[in-house]
Amino acid sequence: MLRDEPTLTPLAGCTDLYVALNFGTLKDTRFLDLWRLDRLRKIELRGGALSIGALATFTDLIRSTLVRKRLPMLAAAARDVGGVQIQNRGTIGGNVANASPAGDTLPVLAAADAVVVLQQAGGIRRVPFDGFYTGYRQTVRRPGELIVGIEIPPVRGRQFFRKVGTRAAQAISKIVMAGILGPATGSGRTARIALGSVAPTVVRVPRTEAALASGASIEAVQRTLMEEIAPIDDLRSTAEYRRRVAANLLARFVCGASRG
Amino acid sequence: MRFTLNGKRARLDVHPMKRLLDVLREDCGFTGTKEGCGEGECGACTILIEGMPVNSCLVPAAHADGARVTTIEGLDGRHPLQRAFVDHGGAQCGICTPGMIMAAVALGRKPTLEQIRVGLAGNLCRCTGYSAIYRSIRRAR
Ligand SMILES: Cc1cc2nc3c(=O)[nH]c(=O)nc-3n(C[C@H](O)[C@H](O)[C@H](O)COP(=O)(O)OP(=O)(O)OC[C@H]3O[C@@H](n4cnc5c(N)ncnc54)[C@H](O)[C@@H]3O)c2cc1C
Ligand code: FES
Ligand code: FES
Repeated sequence: MLRDEPTLTPLAGCTDLYVALNFGTLKDTRFLDLWRLDRLRKIELRGGALSIGALATFTDLIRSTLVRKRLPMLAAAARDVGGVQIQNRGTIGGNVANASPAGDTLPVLAAADAVVVLQQAGGIRRVPFDGFYTGYRQTVRRPGELIVGIEIPPVRGRQFFRKVGTRAAQAISKIVMAGILGPATGSGRTARIALGSVAPTVVRVPRTEAALASGASIEAVQRTLMEEIAPIDDLRSTAEYRRRVAANLLARFVCGASRG
Repeated sequence: MRFTLNGKRARLDVHPMKRLLDVLREDCGFTGTKEGCGEGECGACTILIEGMPVNSCLVPAAHADGARVTTIEGLDGRHPLQRAFVDHGGAQCGICTPGMIMAAVALGRKPTLEQIRVGLAGNLCRCTGYSAIYRSIRRAR
């Protein structure tokens, strides 16, 4: 269907789409309903990678033993989304496709070096997460292409997820951080850190990661992070506040009690 | 569309994109399900699909096709939670109440306070300040 009519708007859990539709801000009039495609709801291991179907809901992610074992920070992110009603309908594919800079699963997927699997009539292509978003609410997904799944290579190290918002649930997040800290070895340790709501898209912070890997003091790493991110000054909070929060989250992650 | 509504089979001719909330209220005459915000924030429109709470203001009619749907009317006014909300002041203006009760039904019997907090995080109440609601659920039997 999408091949013949690429302008059809895909529709999954509708937790973003119906808000726009109810408000009359959605221009689209023709839809392609994906909700019944149960085959796209599977969570499984494939060739060593964790493969999550685009239609897996937040509730599916929370309940999955595979996700809890391999990517606990994703289960943590799903638990922080909306209320149960939203968790029961909202999908990971919808979260990724919707491309909000505040999408809660996005920093997790960015830190985990996830791959977005896109399919259209012509075939499948795989796009690394850090090349998926091109600007504010812009992605490389072409009209007629569907997100069919997300693949996450094995993750080694301690995982972290934190969302700081105005309310525990329901809030559009002010700042979200996900990170993976590799085991310390003689030659240092690997660090992968991603943040949401500090830029037009989810971002990794390579300079901060490098500082962490080099074994710099936590104060120095925090300074690097505050220089590296350029948060948006908006109604929700000031850029300065977000920088400070990000630095605090980083310290909590690195100094460590909190697990994903 | 065909679906099972409160244990009875139903057949309707509605637009597939019509909000399930409106289908229930307008086409089925079940007005117990309330609309608060219409944007997924308040939970007043909570119903169960296959036993799981969802916001019916965000569900297209097409997604209920073939499914088992339960609204507050499906509890017949005799559910222990309904009695408890009356006895323990869990309802004041009542707008949030059907949604609160449907979300609470999904928690099963004797949920812990933590389970209640998490399970009802998507349901807002302007009147009670929540503690009377939590108390009602904990005392229901
Ligand atoms: C009250 C409320 C609270 C919320 N809280 C949070 C929160 O805390 N954190 C958070 O991150 N989000 C939150 N959201 C937003 C929303 O629930 C998520 O973004 C969710 O993941 C969207 O998924 P969906 O399946 O409902 O998407 P839909 O609404 O069905 O679709 C969203 C967009 O993605 C496209 N799309 C969907 N699936 C695909 C696919 N497989 N391939 C291509 N395109 C696709 C659609 O065309 C549409 O443009 C909240 C929403 C509400 C209403
Ligand atoms: S009316 Fe549906 S959540 Fe508020
Ligand atoms: S009783 Fe009035 S909103 Fe809850």
